[in-house]
Amino acid sequence: MGGERLKIILSLTPPLLIIFTLFFGGIFYGFLQSLGYQPAIGKYEINFSAYYNVMFSERYAKLFWTGLGLNLWVSFASTFLAAVFALFGALAIRKTFFAKTICNFIYSLNLPMPHLVVAVGIIFVFSQSGLLARFASQIGLIGSPGDFPVLVKDKYGLGIILAYIWKEAAFFFIILMSVLQSLGENFEELAQSLGANRWQRFRYVILPLVMPNLFSASIIVFAFSFGAYEVPALLGVIYPQMLPVMAFEFFLNPDLNARSEGMALSIIIAIIVMILVVFYFWLTQAKIRKD
Amino acid sequence: MNNNLKKINIYAIYLGAIILILPLIAFFINAFSFRWFYPQVIPKELSLQAWVRLKLIPKPGQRTFEGFIELWASNPAVIKALLNSLSIGFLVTIVSIIIALPAARVLGLLNFRFKKLIIFIMVSPTILPPIAFVLGLNINFISWGFSGNYFGVCLVHLVPIMPYVVLTMTGIFANYNPDFEHQARTLGANKTRTFLLITLPAIAPGMVVAALFAFLVSWSQYLLTFLIGAGKVMTLPLLVFSTASSGNPALTAAISIIFIFPAILILFFTSKFVSGESGATSGFGKI
Repeated sequence: MGGERLKIILSLTPPLLIIFTLFFGGIFYGFLQSLGYQPAIGKYEINFSAYYNVMFSERYAKLFWTGLGLNLWVSFASTFLAAVFALFGALAIRKTFFAKTICNFIYSLNLPMPHLVVAVGIIFVFSQSGLLARFASQIGLIGSPGDFPVLVKDKYGLGIILAYIWKEAAFFFIILMSVLQSLGENFEELAQSLGANRWQRFRYVILPLVMPNLFSASIIVFAFSFGAYEVPALLGVIYPQMLPVMAFEFFLNPDLNARSEGMALSIIIAIIVMILVVFYFWLTQAKIRKD
Repeated sequence: MNNNLKKINIYAIYLGAIILILPLIAFFINAFSFRWFYPQVIPKELSLQAWVRLKLIPKPGQRTFEGFIELWASNPAVIKALLNSLSIGFLVTIVSIIIALPAARVLGLLNFRFKKLIIFIMVSPTILPPIAFVLGLNINFISWGFSGNYFGVCLVHLVPIMPYVVLTMTGIFANYNPDFEHQARTLGANKTRTFLLITLPAIAPGMVVAALFAFLVSWSQYLLTFLIGAGKVMTLPLLVFSTASSGNPALTAAISIIFIFPAILILFFTSKFVSGESGATSGFGKI
């Protein structure tokens, strides 16, 4: 028995060591720095002034709260829309039709695509001289590029949302396809034979069955889009700015005092994501207990 | 009536597929045309100029085998970044598999106290955003001397990769029967032979998928490489980002095509294994 215990400890130590020293160590040290503890520049006191500065000081408050608003809007909108598109795509694509395999492949194509490349692709397609603007101009809808709506680098984060929809719809699609495949069509056929119409079959049969997987995938997507840097850095504007970009820019600021504020922001992002995940677990656990 | 509706559905799927593939089409048009002015939809002339400027294809007249070799041997920035990306990816993948193998075996086969807690700790890097740990880690790495070098970048790539590899391989071992190993041992095979002839073939398919995912996560890492590499370790995502920010579409498109090629290749080979059931799939959301 003792041998087995030793084996467990020895096997688990290397990966846990990496996670603890690099991941939790990084968070912990970032937290220390956010409290103003910066031995490198001779600051040893500990206080919450960086948090206060970021959230309430006259200089940053507006930037922070608009940024937080943009973060919530972008993450909610892109998660919801990607899930909806993927759901309809997955439901439609189950049936056999011409070129099904090719369509299936195209629908999953964005899955391994790095977010960075998707962001560049969105610029190529949706910018004012992009592919869509050119199409619109060819059919006489617009004249100069300026007539095309600003969809990339806009203050509403539309370009960022588009990029996340592109990328995450594929992720939802794969998950939904495998759930639908494992369910088969028996439930739907049964509901149909009992007289349920298309909408009822969707609302009362399919949706409840795919909801658990859809919901947990949504959490992953939401948490990711809330804290990711590349897409808003390429497709965002200076104001309003998403929080991860703001944190990173604070951090790279030559003024070393701004570093604490950058760290404070990254800790705030982490806390919001954590609250969300805990809330999700609490929600699913409560549901399991109820059932 | 029903038939008509179905047709509309099918057209909607085709339309969706066309919309989804538009960025990819734009990549290829941009990469192979140098003066693609608004409002042309189709470029007037095809050109390899972007590739010549990136020093990936020799100038006209020198496009012989020797010409290519000579050009590539001059170590252009893209080739350098490509080699860095590939070698970091391979190294990190192999190391993560070696580290994860015993841990996954223990987690998949045995039951013990705190197992749930340990799994939760292992997967926590997949939930929290990288910016939460990398800013603090960066300072630590500077004082440890890991900042701005190849080794530090490899080390930091292990953080996002480790959870997926451990999780995916734990799933493999959960469906694995160790009794075959006991049989091999009683028949006289030593530990190495048992591992090579019994264990490895059984876990190999799942391990390959885990490895491909690990590689892809490392391959697409921007923020971690940028911060820990401190501008001294150039990889493809860094090159794509800086070219895209400087705003030359043809060059950006050409580098992006090189960057996405392995990703599509990996999807092609793993599409059979990729499903919502696999722990690895959640990794895709993070790339």
